[in-house]
Amino acid sequence: MSNPAIEITNLNFSFDKLSILENINMTIEQGDFAGLVGPNGGGKTTLLKLILGLYKAQSGQISIFGQALKKQRKLIGYVPQYADFNSDFPISVQDTVLQGRLGVSSFFASYSKRDKEIALNVMQETEIFDLADRSIQSLSGGQMQRVLVARALASQPKILLLDEPTANIDLRAEKDIFDLFKSINQRMSILIISHDIAFVSDYINKVFCLNKTLVCHKASPVTSDTIHALYGDHVSEVHHRH
Amino acid sequence: MLEFFNTLASQPFLQNALLGGILASIGCGLTGSFVVVNRIGYMAGGIAHSVLGGMGIAYYVNFDPFIGALIAALISALIIGTIKLKWKHQEDTAIGAIWAIGMAIGIIFISKSDGYNANLMSFLFGSILMISNQQLFIVLLLDIITLIFLALFYKQLVAISFDIEFATVRGVNVNLFYLLLLCLVAITVVLLIQVVGLILVIALLTLPAAIARQYVHSIGLMMLMAVGLGILFTGSGLFLSYEPDLPAGATIILVAGIAYLLSSLFKSFKGFN
Repeated sequence: MSNPAIEITNLNFSFDKLSILENINMTIEQGDFAGLVGPNGGGKTTLLKLILGLYKAQSGQISIFGQALKKQRKLIGYVPQYADFNSDFPISVQDTVLQGRLGVSSFFASYSKRDKEIALNVMQETEIFDLADRSIQSLSGGQMQRVLVARALASQPKILLLDEPTANIDLRAEKDIFDLFKSINQRMSILIISHDIAFVSDYINKVFCLNKTLVCHKASPVTSDTIHALYGDHVSEVHHRH
Repeated sequence: MLEFFNTLASQPFLQNALLGGILASIGCGLTGSFVVVNRIGYMAGGIAHSVLGGMGIAYYVNFDPFIGALIAALISALIIGTIKLKWKHQEDTAIGAIWAIGMAIGIIFISKSDGYNANLMSFLFGSILMISNQQLFIVLLLDIITLIFLALFYKQLVAISFDIEFATVRGVNVNLFYLLLLCLVAITVVLLIQVVGLILVIALLTLPAAIARQYVHSIGLMMLMAVGLGILFTGSGLFLSYEPDLPAGATIILVAGIAYLLSSLFKSFKGFN
């Protein structure tokens, strides 16, 4: 039997003595398209950064394809939150995407011909090929998001982690980009942070609801009970199907 | 006005000064671009000013002050870099302290040596007209080191400047490269001190690159344009200062500063249309 893509057992994380995540157990199988939802400050981004090895947990384990995270880090592609992003930087789309080749490409000198071929391929897949020479300062939110996805894909990962990839784009672009994720999901596992439970539930096969600890994890649609467990009783539900 | 060119044709000191300006502009354009996009002008200022400590000690023990400057700049880059990486909350104060401590050490040692005033002034404000062949050679050597380093690690430096978190995830040793970048700043600062002195060094390090940034959209092009602008500013500063006998370093900075202000005004007016 194949190992799960991501397996987290008994994970605890605190920062400056403040407990952020408690007793997290989760498994993402190969081929999963999993969603991670929950309130702001519930620890979603922190959990993603733990999986990326950017933070170190006080206790518990994270394994990637059955092996310790440390050795497997290069198998993970990462799409950071657009809001945190330095979109004012003087760099072209193609040079941004090429950064996905870091760590795979040679240590010295510039990117190789093969790096450039791979970058061109993922730019085609993410439909930003025409923007290759544009500076990132001139892009719209949706275009920038695709650039960040292309950069993650350029490292040819086996797992893709995305932090709120649709926070800054309109509904139409949101649907397009989720269709792209769906096709990427054919070849790799995906874990996506989203604030929009109803929307992601059309695409994902598994959802984890996080508020300091995992409140629910299942493949079935999210019910109002789980929403209440997550956000408390004072939320009004707005159903919007696409 | 022609006197400048007549002297340039016949006098080695002016040729050396011009050559020094050109060589310094190369280092300043290359490293300055990274200082501007990383917004580490304050850290570069700390490195530049604390260098006086090394110059003072070297001068006191009769050693070449510019070798002293180089050693002090590298030490201070490593200290400031470590503060930045490990001690984020007090970064500002800590850098300010290093800045002042370095200068204080320098002033004490220089005051205990002969020729206090003349030398202190030339360290602080530069003495490009007295640049020696040996100093030119040091500047050239530092330029070559900078070029080799950038040729090898350009992509890592761009990556940590652009998105340090992503670079970490991709397995780049970001702390190492961050410290190396600051060492590059240290080297460049020493090379620029020869031209404009340590008080004015940050202006020459950042202004050409900051102007370039307003017009081009890649760090590579920024570097090229900043080198060109640096040569233009040092050359025209030398020219303008020569006949009225103005301090060359200060004139160079004034030219660069005015060019930056005009360029910013031009850009913001264009933005409104």
